[in-house]
Amino acid sequence: MFITGTRKGIGRYLVEYYTKKGFMVIGCSRRTTEYTLENYEHYCIDVTDEKSIVKLFAEIRDKYRHLDIMINNAGIGSMNHVLLTPVSIADKILKVNVLATFLCSREAAKLMRHAKHGRIINFASVATPLKIEGEAVYAASKAAVINLTQLLAYELAPYGITVNALGPTPVRTDLVASVPQEKTESLISRQAIKRWAEFSDITNIIDFFIRPESEFITGQVLYLGGVS
Amino acid sequence: MDKLDKTAVAHLILRALQEFNSHLPADQHVPISSDTVLFGHKGNLDSLGLVNLILLVEEQVAEEFSVLITLADERALSLKKSPFHNVTSLSEYVYLLLMEQQR
Repeated sequence: MFITGTRKGIGRYLVEYYTKKGFMVIGCSRRTTEYTLENYEHYCIDVTDEKSIVKLFAEIRDKYRHLDIMINNAGIGSMNHVLLTPVSIADKILKVNVLATFLCSREAAKLMRHAKHGRIINFASVATPLKIEGEAVYAASKAAVINLTQLLAYELAPYGITVNALGPTPVRTDLVASVPQEKTESLISRQAIKRWAEFSDITNIIDFFIRPESEFITGQVLYLGGVS
Repeated sequence: MDKLDKTAVAHLILRALQEFNSHLPADQHVPISSDTVLFGHKGNLDSLGLVNLILLVEEQVAEEFSVLITLADERALSLKKSPFHNVTSLSEYVYLLLMEQQR
């Protein structure tokens, strides 16, 4: 299993959860992690750099010969009114959230196709259906991830690979910490189930997507909290 | 990188074609020949077949020459004469990419 963005937050939790479940997990972030775990291998790379990603997947192929699961967790956001959003920020958001998801999915699928089996899970966000003001570029990037997920599902189905996305509601991580409290409370009040998401809510969805019985589930986006 | 010559690259392409055929029923096999038309007018491959062959060639290049190449890059997709038209043109393009990596 390869997970991007594993230094902290959801990514770190996923590493801890899946190594405990017995998975061999490979993770990455721009910096090193403060933790080490058995059955976990960390790479310091920039997920938007094609050369680095291609090289990393070549190493995975040489070392492990296959990949079962790809989780495109790495993502960034920035809260700005669109009129005050610098293009450099917009560029970074699109690169990390969309381009990296595309790059990692492409390279993962090249490995997975040999086994005629694979699971790719992408991260969408409730920012898209809820149209959260201040998150125009972020929400647009996650809308792109959704469309990418749906199309990849079609293009990779002949290789036995399913591609799905999950859309978390606010989770207590650094990504959300910068959002004003009244904003997140207002957001949570728009959910059918009005509470913060827990990390376990996320692994609940991922576990569903990666189960062998879910081989007929592809191209889907599952939001938490009743959002649609 | 192992010693690079055009014959070695040509043989690599034919081996990739053999592996490509190994996943297909016999009546769908692509002829293993330097004259084989791959894609386009009178091509033996559909678009998914071309994708699979390109991936096989890239993997074989990585294994034999320890070099990572991307065949379906911007240049390849914009060339007037597609490098994917036949086995010879594909072989020449792979050789070109490998030579560029050597410099």
